[in-house]
Amino acid sequence: MNKKGGLEIPDFNQSPKIDKVGVEERVARFQKRSIKKESKMQGLRMALNMIDLTTLEGKDTPGKVKQMCYKAMHLHDVHPGLPTVAAVCVYPSMVKTAANEVKGSGVKVASVSTAFPSGQAPLEVKLIDTKFAVDSGADEIDMVISRGKFLSGDYNFVFDEIAAIKEACGKARLKVILETGELVTLDNVRRASDIAMYAGADFIKTSTGKIQPAATMQVTYTMLEAIRDFHLKTGKMIGMKPAGGISNSKLALHNLVMVKETLGNDWLTNEWFRFGASSLANDVLMQIMKTETGIYQSKDYFSID
Amino acid sequence: MAKKQIKGWDYSPAPESTSHIDLKKRYDLYINGEWVKPSSKKYFKTINPANEELLAEVAHANEKDVDKAVKAARKAYEEVWSKTSPSERAKYIFRIARLMQERSREFAVIESLDAGKTIRESRDVDVPLAANHFFYNAGWADKLEFAFPNRKVEPLGVAGQIIPWNFPLLMAAWKIAPALATGNTVVLKPAETTPLTALKLAEVIHDAGLPPGVVNIVTGYGDTGAAIVNHDDVDKIAFTGSTGVGKIIQKAVSGTNKKTTLELGGKSANIIMDDAPLDQAVEGIINGIFFNQGHVCCAGSRLFVQESVYDTVIEKLKHRMDSLIVGDPLDKNTDIGAINSKEQLDIINGYIKIGKDEGAEMYQSKCDIPGSGFYCRPTLVLNVAQSSKLVQEEIFGPVLAIQTFRTVDEVIQKANNTPFGLAAGVWTDKGSRIFNLTTKLRAGVVWANTYNKFDPSSPFGGYKESGFGREGGLHGLEGYLKMN
Repeated sequence: MNKKGGLEIPDFNQSPKIDKVGVEERVARFQKRSIKKESKMQGLRMALNMIDLTTLEGKDTPGKVKQMCYKAMHLHDVHPGLPTVAAVCVYPSMVKTAANEVKGSGVKVASVSTAFPSGQAPLEVKLIDTKFAVDSGADEIDMVISRGKFLSGDYNFVFDEIAAIKEACGKARLKVILETGELVTLDNVRRASDIAMYAGADFIKTSTGKIQPAATMQVTYTMLEAIRDFHLKTGKMIGMKPAGGISNSKLALHNLVMVKETLGNDWLTNEWFRFGASSLANDVLMQIMKTETGIYQSKDYFSID
Repeated sequence: MAKKQIKGWDYSPAPESTSHIDLKKRYDLYINGEWVKPSSKKYFKTINPANEELLAEVAHANEKDVDKAVKAARKAYEEVWSKTSPSERAKYIFRIARLMQERSREFAVIESLDAGKTIRESRDVDVPLAANHFFYNAGWADKLEFAFPNRKVEPLGVAGQIIPWNFPLLMAAWKIAPALATGNTVVLKPAETTPLTALKLAEVIHDAGLPPGVVNIVTGYGDTGAAIVNHDDVDKIAFTGSTGVGKIIQKAVSGTNKKTTLELGGKSANIIMDDAPLDQAVEGIINGIFFNQGHVCCAGSRLFVQESVYDTVIEKLKHRMDSLIVGDPLDKNTDIGAINSKEQLDIINGYIKIGKDEGAEMYQSKCDIPGSGFYCRPTLVLNVAQSSKLVQEEIFGPVLAIQTFRTVDEVIQKANNTPFGLAAGVWTDKGSRIFNLTTKLRAGVVWANTYNKFDPSSPFGGYKESGFGREGGLHGLEGYLKMN
């Protein structure tokens, strides 16, 4: 065993085994929880407050980012008293714009980095990418791991890279994207989660949103278990961010159930749990309005940006 | 930080509605296709174990009533059912299955009210599985010559069936479906604490147009069961229940021509090897012992954990246990419901007291439990010895006896060192280990990397004091047939 910052680094070849069938059964049970009345309302508001409102497109412009930032702070002004989202998530080149827009609102700016989404660039480039985002005002960095290296068994490379990026982040919190759709097996997801946490991740995150499947409940559950084990062993809390594919309120509530029952209520704040999503917010808003008025409103009553 | 921090989240009550169920105040006996008053003139009360409220009064059948039921079954067998073509028999059974599905919500709610089991389980396990047993056996009714090639098979005649309180409707289905498919007629006695779904099943059977007398349902206590067992004109006794009663039945039928199947108690071993996927194994431990409040004959009530992973498994198990919700069986979010009866709760508490008196290391989950009704916290007894009563005897409640082991040989020896042999579970990532253990464990069912999985096509039954004969699958048909 090696030591890093007081942590004993385990042999990642020995990461716990995951039985997929068992995971599917456990997940099915979360989905059977009945979330009604006040708990539904509270859950929906919580979900809104945990969203990282995201735009990650080649065609992003300051104009688009400004619109999204306004939406982040004013989700549905027709209905006063709603929380804001947790953060906006953009490419490094858009960080400055976003930071200006959300200044003082409490909404954080997250930036993807490290040659997102493929991560196929030398470490120097990734470090520069990260520092640029941090210097431009990013509060959070969403990095991708080198999946090629991981799949070829070079866990030390993956570990060292995460550790290096963490250092470059300074005060910014680091979310490590595993891109679970490319890791394929839950055994791999678990091992990559362990590597990321021991290497210094503040959050672990499922996906870039560019690869399918993304944040399935099976994958998120496997990562939550890794976080729980890490916490039991080290006493350190790590955040979780499922991203990609969580587009409706029901799925969001099921995710919250899963967090509550796997990690406990302590994780149910946007300090420790986020949804990476672009279309989730409006579905949650629609459900909130439905719960309050008893009527489903057309999508046209909710602004798209 | 965003402006608004929200912390803590609990589930609001989500009770299943009871407005759609139709329960009579008083139930008579279902004999020869009609509801008849008991000649005993006696009725007993069946209550909701979750709040001790009265649900209904139910007839207490005496010897005369049982005789009437057996005569009706005999007459129906001789005059109607044995002359009904197998494909016609199948149609009736399919019809029963479909009617059960149509009324599944009502069945589930009544099962939860009467037995204390959670609506999640009665809705997702008991009722669908019961309907599936009718579907499965209906399929065999006209294919028996293919089921048993080169054998000439004949029904036995009248089957007397006595079922327990832990899976009231499901056990009725396990018993009635194969009996009908093989051409027998039935006299069935449900348990005294949980007669209601069997009586609702009588309504379904009636609605299905099954000829009078083919299925008769008589309610009552042990004396009613004894009257069935001792009746001269019964050809088959199928019993599921305690080993104690099983022994009495076995004595009573010895020297008679009655064919018998007994499905009795168990103290099944759930074995966690050091290479197992531990989080899923923990889930399997939970399902193994806390499913249906531990009122499961094949419950994984003896846990064996390999010493090298013992601390990790126990830590994870306690963590998971604390997230279980114990309470109102009708709430859709309840994980563990009410203990079936005051008597059973006393028995369970008696065992917990033994543990405490012996100074055993115990852990009970921290959840709140309701003030009224019969409830028991999920309980672990850690590091308990093979010779302890808690390891030797069936508790039939949410109490798990935990032992450690060092080698495969040791755990096989310990797992088999019991008068029972109903089921076992093995958790390992290694295929060869699964085969090694499953071939050496003397238990009727061995699950690998799962627990408490049931399917109508899979035979179920025990070794040693867990009984004999198999139910379910092809083997289940055999128990109701003469083979020539």
